[in-house]
Amino acid sequence: MIRALVLLAAVVLQTGLARAETLVLSLATHQVLISSSFTGGQLAIFGAVERDGRTIARAASYDLVISVQGPRGTMVVREKEALGPLWVNQGQRRFIETPGFLWIGANRQLSEIITPQLARRERIGLSNMLIPRGTGFDVDLWDPRFVDALIRLKGRDRLYGEDTRAAAFLTPNLFRANIPLSARAPQGNYEVEVVLLAGGVPLARQTTNFEVVTRGIEQRIGLAARTSPISYGAMTVALAMLIGWLAQIVFRRD
Amino acid sequence: MQLYLPIAEMPINILLILAMSMGVGFISGLFGIGGGFLMTPLLIFSGVPAPVAVATSAAQVTASASSSALSAWRKSLIDPKLALLLIGGGSVGTLIGVVLFNMLRRLGQLDLVITLSYIALLGTVGTLTLLEGARGLRAARRGSAGRLRRHGGEHPRWMRGPLMMRFPRSRLYCSAMPILLFAASIGVAGAVLGIGGGFIMVPALLFLFRVPTKIVIGTTQMQIVFTMAAATMIHALTNASVDILLALLLITGGAVGAQFGARAGAKLKAESFRLLLGLLLLAVAIRFGVELVVPPAEPFSLLEQVQP
Repeated sequence: MIRALVLLAAVVLQTGLARAETLVLSLATHQVLISSSFTGGQLAIFGAVERDGRTIARAASYDLVISVQGPRGTMVVREKEALGPLWVNQGQRRFIETPGFLWIGANRQLSEIITPQLARRERIGLSNMLIPRGTGFDVDLWDPRFVDALIRLKGRDRLYGEDTRAAAFLTPNLFRANIPLSARAPQGNYEVEVVLLAGGVPLARQTTNFEVVTRGIEQRIGLAARTSPISYGAMTVALAMLIGWLAQIVFRRD
Repeated sequence: MQLYLPIAEMPINILLILAMSMGVGFISGLFGIGGGFLMTPLLIFSGVPAPVAVATSAAQVTASASSSALSAWRKSLIDPKLALLLIGGGSVGTLIGVVLFNMLRRLGQLDLVITLSYIALLGTVGTLTLLEGARGLRAARRGSAGRLRRHGGEHPRWMRGPLMMRFPRSRLYCSAMPILLFAASIGVAGAVLGIGGGFIMVPALLFLFRVPTKIVIGTTQMQIVFTMAAATMIHALTNASVDILLALLLITGGAVGAQFGARAGAKLKAESFRLLLGLLLLAVAIRFGVELVVPPAEPFSLLEQVQP
């Protein structure tokens, strides 16, 4: 009986703590369509912080960190080093199961929101999110120079990025942010995670997702290339020869 | 004007791509080479992922080569017998090359091997072509036409052997063996280096086999049509990396450019042709060499293998 009561109290206490604040998220759309004129876009995300009766008044205001991760794949970062007079690829690091698109949005500098130690543990921030998942990580494999290079190279195509002014509170409990989608954003499923913090402590997490897909002719082409490669290849070759023949007819003067 | 490419998964400027492919098509029609060794780096430079660039320029080369090969065929500037031998030998060589490619990749440093052999090949062939062209020009100025054609008894020993064949159109009398061997080694190089090999085949046919320039161009283009059509199919089957929209843009530009190139080539004297081809090959060799020697501003590079 006592044991049951203690258990009940523990459950109430725990849910009380964990459920002090909850996040409610809403994306403008769950499907970003790519048409032939797609040159990138923006996706609005709205959210509300719900507080229940037990939520204590907080001295610090809320902070937000939004992360968006695109379809995963393997990335290999190579480094050129001098070999005599030649510059040759020497070292390389393989990043497996790494998002092809990664964006972090926040309402202010991450260093003001959370301590570096906690950020690493909670996987908040660009380089922390690139630490391989699992039981800890091999420091040897996780060479920060290669992680920085990956972020820099992907950043050129605006596929990796951090915007510490992207999120804004409209009211103390209501926020919005714009997720910038680069024109080169890969097709597939995107996971959105929002972490609510106050005074450097994560209070609540909520996830949602959207997908980037092609429609119409682009969709049919992509599908044909993957599902019937023989006819797709044969059609490309036939098209090449046909146009080659046509050009030769059109330009025939003699 | 931007167009979204469904396989490359990126938008591209239509006018830029058309201009680029017309330029490459012109050069390919002028010299009778495929032009893949120019198109692929240009595409990668424009931001197209490397596998898509390699696969799609194969489709483009198929188009520009078939355009020039057809006009050469109409003017009887193709030696079909020679072309068949080149295609046969080339296919065997490509198969060996694919095996070699995978072996080299397991050993590592494939990139370095590729770049160095590229520079060596382009540099050697370019220098030889340039010297030959310069010699021809000087000879022409002196009035003594540079004679390349061989007469009876002038044939070197390596041209003799089993299966002696006459190629009346190419004015060639030669054993099938060295031709097959030569085509096979270009096939090997092509598969390992990811090129069609037109830029090696043209000078070799000119200087080793002493085939007339116009026949060389037509015959090489016919061989390229077959090699590159096969390459397009292989790329489409193995990694679905052929972007048909990008190919369509490249083909249109390339086919038009190749026609202008072929026309300009017809007016060009054989000596100037060699000189220009030599310069082009040397320029590409130097470009690769500079990249290898100059300390890079960004030493890191990224290779993506997105799982489907």
